[in-house]
Amino acid sequence: MAPTLIIFWGFAGLAVVSALACITRRSPVASALWLVATLFALAALFVLLDAQFIAVLQVLVYAGAIMVLFLFVIMLLNLGRAGPSDLKGPVGLGVGVLLAGLMLVQLLALRHGGPAPALALAPGPMARAAAEQGMVPAVARPLFSTYLVPFEITSVLLLAALVGAVVLAKRKL
Amino acid sequence: MPAAPLSLLWVVPALPLLGFAVNGTLALGRPGAKRTVSIVGVGTLALAFAASAFAVIEFAKLHAAAPLVFPYWEWLPVGELQVGFALQLDQLSAVMILVVTGVGALIHVFSIGYMHEDPGYARYFAYLNLFVFFMLILVLGANFPVMFVGWEGVGLCSYLLIGFWFNERINADAGRKAFIVNRIGDFGFLVAMLLIFWRIGSLDFGPVFARAPAAFAPGSAVVTAITLFLFLGCTGKSAQIPLYTWLPDAMQGPTPVSALIHAATMVTAGVYLVARCGVLFALSPLGSAAVAGVGALTALFAATIALKQWDIKRVLAYSTISQLGYMFIGVGTGAYAAGIFHLATHAFFKALLFLGSGSVIHAMHRAYHATHAHDDAQDMRNMGGLARHLPWTAGLMWIATLAIAGIPPFAGFFSKDEILGAAFAEAEVRPLWYVFWAMGMAAALLTAFYMTRLMRYTFHGPNRTGDREREHLREAPWMMTAPLVVLGALTVLGGGLNVPRLFGGGAFLEHWLEPVTSAAARLHPVVDTARTTEWALVVAAVLVAALGMFAAFRLLRPAALVPARLAPAETGLARLLWKKWYVNELYDAIVVRPIVWISREVLWKIVDARMVDGLLVNGSAAVSRALGWMGSRLQTGEVGSYVMLFVIGVLAVLGAAVR
Amino acid sequence: MLLEPSLTVSAVLFTLGVAGVLLRRNAIVIFMCVELMLNAVNLTFVALAQQLGVAGQIFVFFVMAVAAAEAAVGLAILLAIYRHRQTLNLQNINLLKG
Repeated sequence: MAPTLIIFWGFAGLAVVSALACITRRSPVASALWLVATLFALAALFVLLDAQFIAVLQVLVYAGAIMVLFLFVIMLLNLGRAGPSDLKGPVGLGVGVLLAGLMLVQLLALRHGGPAPALALAPGPMARAAAEQGMVPAVARPLFSTYLVPFEITSVLLLAALVGAVVLAKRKL
Repeated sequence: MPAAPLSLLWVVPALPLLGFAVNGTLALGRPGAKRTVSIVGVGTLALAFAASAFAVIEFAKLHAAAPLVFPYWEWLPVGELQVGFALQLDQLSAVMILVVTGVGALIHVFSIGYMHEDPGYARYFAYLNLFVFFMLILVLGANFPVMFVGWEGVGLCSYLLIGFWFNERINADAGRKAFIVNRIGDFGFLVAMLLIFWRIGSLDFGPVFARAPAAFAPGSAVVTAITLFLFLGCTGKSAQIPLYTWLPDAMQGPTPVSALIHAATMVTAGVYLVARCGVLFALSPLGSAAVAGVGALTALFAATIALKQWDIKRVLAYSTISQLGYMFIGVGTGAYAAGIFHLATHAFFKALLFLGSGSVIHAMHRAYHATHAHDDAQDMRNMGGLARHLPWTAGLMWIATLAIAGIPPFAGFFSKDEILGAAFAEAEVRPLWYVFWAMGMAAALLTAFYMTRLMRYTFHGPNRTGDREREHLREAPWMMTAPLVVLGALTVLGGGLNVPRLFGGGAFLEHWLEPVTSAAARLHPVVDTARTTEWALVVAAVLVAALGMFAAFRLLRPAALVPARLAPAETGLARLLWKKWYVNELYDAIVVRPIVWISREVLWKIVDARMVDGLLVNGSAAVSRALGWMGSRLQTGEVGSYVMLFVIGVLAVLGAAVR
Repeated sequence: MLLEPSLTVSAVLFTLGVAGVLLRRNAIVIFMCVELMLNAVNLTFVALAQQLGVAGQIFVFFVMAVAAAEAAVGLAILLAIYRHRQTLNLQNINLLKG
């Protein structure tokens, strides 16, 4: 087995175990921290997949900002303590596991589908692009040329989220 | 359109329709305006008669061999069926419109006096005008649907007029019975119309009768079916067996109505129909035999019932049924001129008889009203000796009685004799007709008997009305008696319309109707009989009539009668006849009761209450409620369950993608 | 080479996220499971981008930005709910019950 593959499966296993732990902890803080572990493992996987820039973004933005925000809110609401198990009753448990299982089966079946030919993507794999221009320009150039409009709209979206969060969380309007 | 002045033919039916509109409005708004109503009601009829006479004279000048058709507008253009509102004038409809408007006008005049005290005066004249309108449409129609409009319309007016005093249950029931029984006949008419259209592709008289000989093989099943179904309509409208039971009950209506509708005009619509469709009946030996046979049987049957009726109008009603039977013998044999001749003469003397009885009833009512008695003013057992008090009425009714009995030289003799002669002649070719002839002769005997009985019990012998009432009995006002005089004159002279060659006459009516009847005559030639046979038949008929009258004088004793409330019940054969052979009771048991039972038990309780109400109405509500309940179960308000539904949806989409 | 294993891992992580959403009652934990699902999708995009071009990574970029905005607003909503109902147990938050 190639070393890449070993490393891949190692971090993949870590991600899965962390995710499992995340969804089963009784304390919200514990769940949050396990999610952070999952995000780190995913960042490692991103690196292995020639997406180093994205990996860094994952750590900085996702794990570093979004999860911190989660933890802030948990602490604010004083939910950190491990409360009684909030898993659903036996019926809900059964149904949930069943549905999740079905979903897993279907998703695995869809792996072999492959991308549709209608997708018109930039030619050539990522590695070549990264080697030619460097990682960041490889992502940044399309971002500011072909995908400029979504970029700008996203910034407006962030503004809306900002305003919304402030308004919703005020004690008195 | 042919003949410019005649294209105004529509004026003839339009005048009574105008009368209906005006009188109807007055009935709703100012029912007390009796003078206006009288002038409009009678005036429109008189003008209609004048217009008819003018039209017929103009028509006669043309010597037309084919009917004049006046299409006025396109009524039902439906695919292959093109029905227009068209009127036609030919020799047959000419006779009919003269009879209808002429006799109708006289009866309208009579009604002014008879109905004067009635609060529904305006309504009465409105309905009467409407009736004449529909009757004219019936006889002037140029195609089957227009005729059917008239056919149904006269049925409607009959219902409205029979039940004129609808506040009393018995009158309303009689009107309803008439309408419903007629409806059964109308079903036959409709089926026949469908069959005609199916086979010939048109419903206009001209094309139908022109193509019929080619389209139908003589005696084939289709044309026989058509004639039998048409005749079913005739049995309903013209009160023959089996649908005659409404006519005696129809006597609940005012007497002038009985005279106009149930003697002179509406009931003759069936005879007109058979005469009009002569070609079809000539093509079907079975159909024409059915017509003549039912006519003969009805003539005899009704005459037997009339022998034992005590209500003066009932006697006349059964007499009408019987005489209509004669007319059907005539047209069923192919002697269309004879049948129409009897139609016309019968209109004269039967209207005279009914109006005369109206005078009598009017006098009796006045007498009972004055003494506040509650006896039946129409029961002959309460009458007697009225010739002293109502001499004009008595004399004129005797003229009519002689006519209906068939005594020469009055009108009925010629017409009845011609029908029986034609039947006897036909019997040489089809021996079955001997039976019909014999029945006709027997009915003639009974007719003479019961009419004489009526006259003797009503006008002669001792008076049974009561001592206090007697002084109030007197002749009706001249406005009521004058039409009787006119009708009497027509009865006396009416025979001149069609004096047969046997007596040296010119057979005017027969020649006049030849263009109409020739088509049928070609298909089924009228048989000629030897001179001697004809004379023998005439003598036999007169003898039979005289015998009947003589028997009535000898066997009946008016002096032995007692007033109705004291009279004993009938027994034995007399009871059977008095109860009209229990036919009504039979129909009630066989037809009415089962239908009522089915309506109540099945159609109401099961179909309506359980299936329609329960299953469909309440059931659909229950289904909606169930669906709503299911829907409301989904609105848990919990995000968790919504997410689960979400996931299920995604699974479904993915499932489709996996395929 | 790493494509199929990546897709497998992504499927598993996504399923775990769905299971968490379906099985837990605490609103914040459910939210975190949603984030887990988003990350699984990110992994898919990146794996495919390695074979097919940079568009996949661009997409991940946007996903992250939207996730951030969504997390901010969502947590603000949860705060407001907690202030009202003193609970984040979703089974008790059922005012929309029809």
